[in-house]
Amino acid sequence: MRLARFLGYRLLLAIPVVLSIVVLNFFLIHLAPGDAASVLAGESGAASPEYMEQLRHKFGLDQPLATQFGVYLLNMLHLDLGYSFRNDSPVGSLIVDRLWPTGLLMLTAFAAALLIGTLLGLVAATGRNSWRDAVISLVSLVAYATPGFWLGLMMIVVFAIRLGWLPTSGYDTVGADNEGWDAVWDVGRHLVMPAVALALFYLAVYARVMRASVLEQVGMDYVTTARAKGQTEARVMAGHVLRNALLPVVTMAGVQAGNLIGGSIVVETVFGWPGVGTLAFNALQSRDLNLLLGIFFVSACLVVVINLAVDLVYVCLDPRLEL
Amino acid sequence: MRTGLARFARNRLALAGAAVLLGLIVLVALTPLLYPGDPFRLVGPALQPPGGPFLLGTDTLGRDVAAEIAYGARTSLIIGLSATGAAILLGTLIGGLAGYYRGGVEVALMRLTEFFQTIPAFVLAILIVAILSPSLFSEVVAIVAVSWPGIARLVRGEFVALGGREFVLACDGLGAGDARIVFRHMLPNCTAAIIAVGTLLIGTAVLIEAGLAFLGLGDPNVMSWGLIISSGRAVLRSAWWICTFPGMAILLTVLAINLVGDGLNEVLNPRLRER
Repeated sequence: MRLARFLGYRLLLAIPVVLSIVVLNFFLIHLAPGDAASVLAGESGAASPEYMEQLRHKFGLDQPLATQFGVYLLNMLHLDLGYSFRNDSPVGSLIVDRLWPTGLLMLTAFAAALLIGTLLGLVAATGRNSWRDAVISLVSLVAYATPGFWLGLMMIVVFAIRLGWLPTSGYDTVGADNEGWDAVWDVGRHLVMPAVALALFYLAVYARVMRASVLEQVGMDYVTTARAKGQTEARVMAGHVLRNALLPVVTMAGVQAGNLIGGSIVVETVFGWPGVGTLAFNALQSRDLNLLLGIFFVSACLVVVINLAVDLVYVCLDPRLEL
Repeated sequence: MRTGLARFARNRLALAGAAVLLGLIVLVALTPLLYPGDPFRLVGPALQPPGGPFLLGTDTLGRDVAAEIAYGARTSLIIGLSATGAAILLGTLIGGLAGYYRGGVEVALMRLTEFFQTIPAFVLAILIVAILSPSLFSEVVAIVAVSWPGIARLVRGEFVALGGREFVLACDGLGAGDARIVFRHMLPNCTAAIIAVGTLLIGTAVLIEAGLAFLGLGDPNVMSWGLIISSGRAVLRSAWWICTFPGMAILLTVLAINLVGDGLNEVLNPRLRER
């Protein structure tokens, strides 16, 4: 019951954030130099006069600014993101069609980064200043500085072109028509490289945060107490330190959720992964700003949802938290 | 200050990072001498492998990859430094106002900061450049738009902490104006923290710039690392070097900046010192 009230309260807090996203989108449209309709339609000459007229009407560009905002807000609240002239399809359904591959890629990368990152952070912290710590710190420093798209390209050169172990790009083998576990295996093989390219940076982030957080917890009094009770080092770690040390990592995971979406745009582009990122890249190529604005809106809302989930996880991990 | 320098010098990794950065700056300074002329100029046959007359090979059009990387370094440094500088100014202004005046101003400004921290930064950056149309200026605007919140939170925190200290209360009691208190007494006390965090921001800015240029959002008339990589993508199978070397340049530069930033953080932010 208290959990339900807490959730309701957090949802209430999310409303102004979503509204702010709408305001920001509206502001961005008007940031463009010149006629907003022609900017929204893309490169000049590509759009028909009817479409331009439709855009003007849709965004109320022939109305005063306040009315324009009202019209825009109303559209957004109806989840009506407009129409993409380039793709000849509503923006909303274009994005929905691409959500599954992106979701799969992001979840895989996120889970892998979180799991391996925290594990590496724990290993580094427990063997502080040992060779393990040094190696893990060095790897995470390098991963921290590697652009994901370049890592992806290098993996294609090594694992797809030179060694031929993995497919270069795409979601599954075209024309293979696999079924059952064969299909899963096929998609999995295509998923490996994009997921690694996307995950590596966050893996480094989580490893760093986890290491610092474990080191901070180990100095606490309750750890000394646990050790004084005669508990084994493994139990002290697993039973006492781990749960407390995870809290900053969870916070970081929430903060990084938005960046994960941005990272998936470049990585999907490199691997031709048919998700929202590739859609965004294509929208960029054709200067289809209306579609791009829709993608931004959806991904920003997604971040709000993820942050709600993070709050829930936080409550589960830390019972001291007032609901 | 001397003890600070000594502590920085004892951190071997930070020192190595500083050396790499110094090398990069020398390279940028010598670029017009080493590779006179336009980096977009065609200098030889296309797709020459590295090691021949061209140190790092030539690209799809027959441009010298080494020259492209040297000019790209200049672009990365210019954008990294100017975007970070502007982000520091904006972040300090907003964080400073929030931390000094507190109350409603603080709540409103910090909500704004948190909002900009939650929304997907890179997607916003893409959108801004696409709307303003690609150029060095719009890249800088986009990077500033996504990197000021960190500085704002830092400065607000410092200002809130400093606001209750005796020397600030004494100034206030002696009748010093807001501007005098802020610029003479409070800001100088948090420059160290700002410099350390700002250094790390340069690395992020270089990464964002590379990503934007890779997606075709860089200035088409200015050579940059992301641009070289995106132009070499199509021939990845036959000419690996076009994508490989600029990526290494990005990696090395960002790594060096981060090492220096970590070193500065250790020296300048006393709270982190014991870790």
